[in-house]
Amino acid sequence: MFVDTVVEDKALHKPAFLIGLSVTVLAIFFALNLTNTIFGEFLSPVIGNPEESGFFGRLAVSFVLTILFVGNLLLISFARLKIQILIVWIELFFLFLAFAYSFDLEIAYIFQNDFICSTESARAKLCTPSKIGLMISKGLFTTIYISAVSIAIATVIAIVGAVAKLSNNGFAYAISSFYTSLFRGLPLLLQIYLIYMGLPQLGFMIDAIPSGIAALSLCYGAYMTEIFRAGIQSIPKGQWEASRALGFKFGLILRKIILPQSIPIIVPPTGNQFIAMLKDSSLVSVLGIWELMFLAKKLGAKDFNHLEMLLTAAMIYWLLTIILEMIQARIESKYKQKT
Amino acid sequence: MANNIKAQTNSEASPIISLKGVSKWYDDFQALKNIDLEVKLKEKIVICGPSGSGKSTLIRCLNRLEAHQEGEIHITGIELHERMKDIDTVRQDIGMVFQSFNLFPHLTVLENCMAGPNWVRGIDEKEAKERAMALLKQVKIPEQADKYPEQLSGGQQQRVAIARSLCMQPKVMLFDEPTSALDPEMVSEVLDTMVELAKSGMTMICVTHEMGFAKQVADRIIFMDEGEIVEQNSPEEFFNNPQNDRTKAFLDQVLT
Ligand SMILES: Nc1ncnc2c1ncn2[C@@H]1O[C@H](COP(=O)(O)OP(=O)(O)OP(=O)(O)O)[C@@H](O)[C@H]1O
Ligand SMILES: [Mg+2]
Repeated sequence: MFVDTVVEDKALHKPAFLIGLSVTVLAIFFALNLTNTIFGEFLSPVIGNPEESGFFGRLAVSFVLTILFVGNLLLISFARLKIQILIVWIELFFLFLAFAYSFDLEIAYIFQNDFICSTESARAKLCTPSKIGLMISKGLFTTIYISAVSIAIATVIAIVGAVAKLSNNGFAYAISSFYTSLFRGLPLLLQIYLIYMGLPQLGFMIDAIPSGIAALSLCYGAYMTEIFRAGIQSIPKGQWEASRALGFKFGLILRKIILPQSIPIIVPPTGNQFIAMLKDSSLVSVLGIWELMFLAKKLGAKDFNHLEMLLTAAMIYWLLTIILEMIQARIESKYKQKT
Repeated sequence: MANNIKAQTNSEASPIISLKGVSKWYDDFQALKNIDLEVKLKEKIVICGPSGSGKSTLIRCLNRLEAHQEGEIHITGIELHERMKDIDTVRQDIGMVFQSFNLFPHLTVLENCMAGPNWVRGIDEKEAKERAMALLKQVKIPEQADKYPEQLSGGQQQRVAIARSLCMQPKVMLFDEPTSALDPEMVSEVLDTMVELAKSGMTMICVTHEMGFAKQVADRIIFMDEGEIVEQNSPEEFFNNPQNDRTKAFLDQVLT
């Protein structure tokens, strides 16, 4: 994107906009009526008992909140871009925490010893002192293992599939287009069931984890086939011709000339797929695989502390995604320099 | 002095390239019509003609970037046809320079030049590098070796492309309008390189409208129109005494 070199005044620094914003925010806070919350309590020295403060209390609370909100925006607007981004991130994160906090959770529950662990002493090896420990040592490990293997297999499938789709061999084209059509056409959950329960009907006994990996790699391989095909096609014909004219064979051209050049085009959508797959790996919990989602449900169910464990899983998934996003950004910036 | 660039053609016996009755169609459209042509070792041929006359098509048939449907093409004694097994070995011996350079943008200038010898001819990296540097010196840009193509001017890029082809030590060099994508002030640096190459005794087939270059270097000029070879002659005859009306019309246009 091209950022123009002529800078307009920041909207926040125009009085008209600022006043308009303040009035709107005030109206919203007033409508929400936060007098009976923690905010009202804070202001009780001024407004007295929040319950009895009436219109004045409601207005005062809204007013204070509006000042805080708009003042915060105004302060941030003076910071440098990087600082701005950081502050807004942190503030949004705390809002999210506050949202979670409002569920009235029993945070300590996450760190309690786990029942599964203490009774099934046969599983001593898995035994960790806390639920969160089990989530990480077993659940996180399994999730990463399943995702990483599936991502690797899907990438190989995608390269083969893309080449087949671009070839003028009838069989190759037919097989690969049938494959992408089928596996993009069925819900992933259904594919997982079909592979896990269908293959044994044919006499292939298949364990839960391999079925999960098979379903994930086949499904995401199909999406990535299309990404790779588009990436390969985006390289100008002249690159093929120059390579051919030098006597390069097909495989060499693909490996050394075409794929390296399509990486900058392939990486962003592929990163998206990796992130999506990481989270979709939670679907294999239906096969009883002890990955993050499965453990979150199992550990929370016994004492009806569902939300605690689900939120823990949520935070772990999010963290993993952030790591993937950072890796993706690195790769993108590395390849940007050259082309 | 211009004359000693040119090949003593009569001394070489069998032709390195020969075309007999070659025709090519794009769907219904016939782009080449019954082309006969023989090129001897060390001969320099310039092909010219109006846009769409089939010059690129002809030259691209010579390394089978395009397929012909009728007639025979022999390169260094090997016939080019649909079911041939060793097209890649033939192509290693035929260098090609494109109008749009077609350098590999993700490789440095040096790597562009090393790619062919190293990956295809199996020459080890050290030797490939020495050869590449020698040829970059020959085209007068050794100091750009570690840059990427996009950091070079058009003229420099085209000279790298020439060096990249020469690194394969080809027997024939094909040029398809190598200077027509260049700004005027860069044309001469590329033409100079090509004249040097001609002096070294390379067999060359050049599609170009640079008539000065043609006069200086060509043993034969071929004029094409509508997929046919209309006229071919030595530069002197071609410019001073054109036979065909279409040639005259074309020359009137290019030379004014
Ligand atoms: N891939 C193609 N498919 C269909 N027709 C083509 C194709 N390539 C070339 N042609 C046609 O073949 C004819 C000869 O094309 P060619 O590129 O060989 O001309 P040229 O003499 O090189 O012209 P120019 O000077 O513009 O490069 C043209 O009429 C062109 O439209
Ligand atoms: Mg052309």
